[in-house]
Amino acid sequence: MQPSRDESSNANAWRATRQGVMAVMARAESAELDAILERLGPVPAASNLKPPEVGLVMLRGRTGGDGAPFNLGEATVSRAAIRLEGGAAGFAYRLGRDLKAARAAAILDALWQDEARRAAVEEALMPVRARLADAAATVRTETAATKVDFFTLVRGED
Amino acid sequence: MYVAAKGGEKAIRNAHALLAKRRRGNRNLPSISLAQIAQQLTLAVDRVMAEGSLYDVELAALAVKQARGDLIEAIFLIRAFRTTLPRFGYAQALDTAEMLVRRRVSATYKDLPGGQLLGPTFDYTHRLLDTSLGVADQANEVDDQAGESKTADDAAAPVSMPRVTDLLGQEGLIEGAPADDGSEPFDITRAPVSYPVDRSTRLQTLARGDEGYLLALGYSTQRGYGRSHPFVGEIRFGDVEVIFDAPELGFEVSLGTVQVTECQSVNQFKGTATTAPQFTRGYGLVFGQCERKALSMALVERALRWEELGEERGAPAQDEEFVLSHCDNVQATGFVEHLKLPHYVDFQAELDLVRRMRAEHEESRRAADMKEAAE
Repeated sequence: MQPSRDESSNANAWRATRQGVMAVMARAESAELDAILERLGPVPAASNLKPPEVGLVMLRGRTGGDGAPFNLGEATVSRAAIRLEGGAAGFAYRLGRDLKAARAAAILDALWQDEARRAAVEEALMPVRARLADAAATVRTETAATKVDFFTLVRGED
Repeated sequence: MYVAAKGGEKAIRNAHALLAKRRRGNRNLPSISLAQIAQQLTLAVDRVMAEGSLYDVELAALAVKQARGDLIEAIFLIRAFRTTLPRFGYAQALDTAEMLVRRRVSATYKDLPGGQLLGPTFDYTHRLLDTSLGVADQANEVDDQAGESKTADDAAAPVSMPRVTDLLGQEGLIEGAPADDGSEPFDITRAPVSYPVDRSTRLQTLARGDEGYLLALGYSTQRGYGRSHPFVGEIRFGDVEVIFDAPELGFEVSLGTVQVTECQSVNQFKGTATTAPQFTRGYGLVFGQCERKALSMALVERALRWEELGEERGAPAQDEEFVLSHCDNVQATGFVEHLKLPHYVDFQAELDLVRRMRAEHEESRRAADMKEAAE
């Protein structure tokens, strides 16, 4: 049976929100994730679905920026997959080799899937979101200060 | 060929201990931290990531430290490390149009949408040594987490920065990028390369190629060896998001951001019987802030397209096999530097040969003298 349009748009919205949370956790510092877990505690015990692991992802560019893809070079990525006791499975992927951070992010991903805890997870992530937004705003402000207007000078008639 | 040599274990052990001692330098000075290298020798770290073909700032900083600042040695360490890790898969192509731009200039348009943003650049500096940097400064006790400006001014808002090539493209004045037909690009880290290769393979090879080598080849195209009259359509540097289709999730996840430099060169324009003259393009994309490399890559990438664009061949930078098979500095240094390793057996054979040839030469000379004397 096809899911009704409402159900599938709800599922899409749920997934998009989860992706947004995972994106923030991929950018969070390890200490930030630890502090959030601490704050949300006590947290049910988590068992690894598979051991946390560091590997490589091949990054790609596009010819001319928008054309056919090519392989650019690899990046280190850590991933973790856990299941909370009596709860959901949580996953995390993030650039870098910090397995502890990946595992913490996977636990938070599982907690977020628990409707009773979702709001608390979202709230605990607010300061991280704010820090990331601040950092991007700082880059934009600093960069905007170096904006130039070049003048072309008319050459003489000699 | 060199063959295994036995012995020397103690000498080698001592040499490596001495290397470690020299690396550490004067022990009265503090050891340099990886964070200091990453923060203050950023461009060295970026080069190691680009040519090591592995994006990991901390590892690249470690490699720079371990290699005593020898960047090719550091790149070698990174390449060796990457072979120890499993491959999770391929990310989606980076979208450079959505970059958090830290620098962006065009030499072709002065008034481009989004503006010319100089960012942190050596351009327009006077290249005078700054003696004030020679004075050690103390670390300031500032809070890393505190935002420097929390003002919600306009400058902090995201600005759309279309690529210059997209602007020219709207008028049809410049060739489009080759279309994405959905096929998987060739991966030189997974399969042996046989020439000729397609454009994607060239780009992957050049992206990890040696900066100095590509600089020299790019320079040669400007000096008349396969010249193609380049302009820097645009150079941009900044942060782009990495998106990965996670197999166990069944949807895409954002892994964080990496910094890249992108260069679009805009070149002349012959056209053919069927296509009107239009600007042509070369493309460079490199990890980190590696502007010289991205620009050189774009020049060389454009020169390699001579056949497709109906140009005459004859310049070194147009020779695909030559350019691509010599641009990897790890391969190059491996083969050149292996000459330092024991070649005693090889050399012994050549010694015997040259002795025999000399004896034969002497004999034939004597025979000729005798013949002359007899006549």
